[in-house]
Amino acid sequence: MSPKHNIPFLERQSYRRRRLIDTIRMLPVIGAVLWAVPLLWRQSEHSGEVMTSDAIIYIFMVWLLLVVGGGWLARCLKRSDAEETEQGH
Amino acid sequence: MGTLNILVGVCLIYVVFLFLIAFAAERAALEGKGGWLRSPLIYTLSLSIYCTAWTFYGAVGYAARSGLEYLTIYIGPSLVMIGWWWLLRKLVRIGRSQRITSIADLISSRYGKSNLLAVGVTVLAVIGTTPYIALQLQSVTVSFDVFSSSYGAELTEAAQGSNALLVAAGLTLFTIVFGTRNLDVNERHHGVVMAVAVEAVVKLFALLAVGIFVVWGLGGGVSETLARIDASEIGQWQMRGDRWATLIFLSGAAFLCLPRMFQVMVVENEAEDHLRTASWAFPAYLMIMSLFVVPIAVVGLDLMPAGSNPDFFVLTVPLATGNDALAMLSFLGGFSSATSMVIVAALALSTMVSNHIVMPIWLSTQSVGASVSGDVRHVVLLSRRISIGAVVFLGYLYFRLSGGGTALASIGLISFAGVAQFLPVLIGGIFWRGATRTGAFVGLTVGFVIWAYTLLLPSFGAGTLVSATMLAEGPMGLGWLRPQAFFGITGMDPLVHAVFWSILLNTMSFFIASLVGFPSPLERLQGAQFVNVFEHSSTPQSWAGSLAQTEDLMVMAQRIIGAREAQNLFEREAKRQGMSGLLPEPSPDFLQRLERELAGSVGAATAHAMIGQIVGGASVSVEDLMAVADETAQMMEYSSKLEAKSEEQARTARQLRQANEKLTLISEQKDSFLSQVSHELRTPMTSIRAFSEILRDSDRLSEDEKIKYSSIIHDEALRLTRLLDDLLDLSVLESGRVNLNMQSGSLKGILDHAVASALTGAGADKMRVMRNATSEDITLHTDLDRLSQVFINLIGNAQKYCDASAPNLRIDVGRSNGALVVDFIDNGRGIPKAEQAVIFEKFSRTGEQKVKGAGLGLAICREIMTRLEGAVEYLPGQGGAAFRVTLPEEVALAAQ
Repeated sequence: MSPKHNIPFLERQSYRRRRLIDTIRMLPVIGAVLWAVPLLWRQSEHSGEVMTSDAIIYIFMVWLLLVVGGGWLARCLKRSDAEETEQGH
Repeated sequence: MGTLNILVGVCLIYVVFLFLIAFAAERAALEGKGGWLRSPLIYTLSLSIYCTAWTFYGAVGYAARSGLEYLTIYIGPSLVMIGWWWLLRKLVRIGRSQRITSIADLISSRYGKSNLLAVGVTVLAVIGTTPYIALQLQSVTVSFDVFSSSYGAELTEAAQGSNALLVAAGLTLFTIVFGTRNLDVNERHHGVVMAVAVEAVVKLFALLAVGIFVVWGLGGGVSETLARIDASEIGQWQMRGDRWATLIFLSGAAFLCLPRMFQVMVVENEAEDHLRTASWAFPAYLMIMSLFVVPIAVVGLDLMPAGSNPDFFVLTVPLATGNDALAMLSFLGGFSSATSMVIVAALALSTMVSNHIVMPIWLSTQSVGASVSGDVRHVVLLSRRISIGAVVFLGYLYFRLSGGGTALASIGLISFAGVAQFLPVLIGGIFWRGATRTGAFVGLTVGFVIWAYTLLLPSFGAGTLVSATMLAEGPMGLGWLRPQAFFGITGMDPLVHAVFWSILLNTMSFFIASLVGFPSPLERLQGAQFVNVFEHSSTPQSWAGSLAQTEDLMVMAQRIIGAREAQNLFEREAKRQGMSGLLPEPSPDFLQRLERELAGSVGAATAHAMIGQIVGGASVSVEDLMAVADETAQMMEYSSKLEAKSEEQARTARQLRQANEKLTLISEQKDSFLSQVSHELRTPMTSIRAFSEILRDSDRLSEDEKIKYSSIIHDEALRLTRLLDDLLDLSVLESGRVNLNMQSGSLKGILDHAVASALTGAGADKMRVMRNATSEDITLHTDLDRLSQVFINLIGNAQKYCDASAPNLRIDVGRSNGALVVDFIDNGRGIPKAEQAVIFEKFSRTGEQKVKGAGLGLAICREIMTRLEGAVEYLPGQGGAAFRVTLPEEVALAAQ
């Protein structure tokens, strides 16, 4: 075990960074769950329960959310990296 | 036909343009100006080779047939990219730190650099990729046909074949020119990546253009198009949940495992940082690519006559509405998709084939081993080029043999399911240290056998490779082994069935075989390296480099990475080791670095084997490690021996120094004795001469005076005699010519006598003697007179030299280590430490000479005790002067 694992409390900045990485880790899980929602939709044999246009809008909204969320988190990560290097960590 | 001619012209111009782009990129990289080549954007765009012609044309057809299911193919990779922190980050780090050249290289490296495993993965990758290449060739040839007036009529197979052959030849040429220009240690191909990035832009632009044209040009806006979608035959959500989930998983897995994806994602990665941008930019790319697929499909279904192939709506819809330019652009998009895929796939596969199959075979045919002179680079490059040609030709062959029918269209998912079999081994390898080579072998074999049995073979249709009866009743009537209904579970979608069972059993057998087996040391080291790549990024195993010939290594390295690079590398290493010249010491460190550099060109397993050939010992076995440990132990033993020896020498030196000091002291004593003895002899002699002269010459002496003078003469003569007696005694004792008069007597008696004699004549200052009568009750058998002489001397010394105001002497009798000891301890000042060493020497006298004596007493005592086989020594730290007389055990025992 390297000593860094033994530090009980982190500086605010490092703490933020770790939570940021947690969010990045969580994002695909959120995406998978949201994209699993179509599994719950009723199979339409007779009359249309879910129209394809609605399905398209839903799936692409999830997509957009993930892209924007991912982009924003990547930006935050880059900024936090830059701050860490500035401080000479 | 006119359009076709223009098309050929545009196509040629486009190809020339691509060549120029690639060439410029190579050149810029060579001149070090290629900063823009290494931007995250280029990296993201290069990932788009995931979208092949199957995507470009096929997605629309897919949507027209099965609605929104096509989206799963893009959702899977999007999730993988969004989840980059979990997997891709680690994969890229491992790829960079271990200089991985392909997915086969990664798996073989992880599992102990096993070449057999690498060969297996390579073969499976080729099997999985060849139909895919065929699919690309087909799409290009068919898209050509779409423009020809004869489209719709049966195309002659010969014409189709020649078109495909032309395309295949062109792609092979491009890949060879830009894929094997140089043997880069990093295995990066700027030209290829740049061309792929440009093609990514072209195909995105083309598909967007068609999409916008369809939605706003033909559909009449967003809401109308949506309404049109709902009204079409795919207007209702008709999705089987199992297929939805399975396909998302499958596409995600394939995205990681496809050799071409691995090539652009891990091998061509310039900086880990790029992954961060690609993590959101690539999902965005996929999203835009799939955005207009459904509208195109729906409008195509509306617009085109029934029965027309929906796979080519992207081309036929603009053509049917008279937009030739748009159709041309769309064709270029499809062409880009197909060519970029073939180029990168051929490159990735050729690296694998050449590194893991051709090179090992070539090396083993070289009987002299890797150190023969001559350039091996051309062999590597040649084998790469031949491999590229072979891979593309294989695709072409498959295309011709399969007849280019619709059977090819379904090959995409089958191919995905094939390469997805690498996933358990890959994931297990980078997250689980317990994964072993045996496990990987078993898992991969099981996975591929099930994949082939349940998916690949039935895909050719019942009655071709798998008989209809076998499909319906199982092999030899074993119902539970039916290819599409394992264990009697019927009703599953064949693809879901195949993916489920192959991946499940693959993972299980991989896991169990890993648990049961025991990995080799190299595997375990590599496992730790891969799993904990973020904690340490050094290479695992060390070469025992003492046997390696640096020159041989140099010869070999020059042939693989080029003369100048090799020389630079060696020089750098030599400098790092602090040596002048070109040849560094073959330290394990250096060998590791060299192996890594070579691994970039020929793969880890081959590099390992090549260095192994020269260094000796193809791999580090437990025996090697033991030998190293043994050697170390021997070295340590030797050095500790040396240390002991030098300590002994130091001790001897110390003793010699002591002896020398003693000798110097003794010599001084001798000088002082000579003056002393002459003085001692002279003083009585002078008195004797003087008084005898008075007696002789003077007549008027009274009787009293005569008596007085003559008694002085007598006393002095006695003193002389005593001195001479002592000297004589000592010389007799020292020469060993003494006769011992052995007799028995009690210790108490001897001490009584000694005390009485020693203290005779002492006046008021007579010292008090303390004794313990019971302890003295011992009978001795020795020379009692001599022993008594020693005691008298010691007691006399105490009486003479003890300077306490109330002098006393304690005589203790006891036993120490079985010997009888008699201690004489007084309460005086004792003897200074400096003189303790010499008091037993002859003529030694302590301090200022208060008392007359020749300084022979203790010397005589010591000689006597030596004769009696005992000892007399000074006992320091007793508060005063203390002497210990030791008598041997036998002396006391014999008397009892």
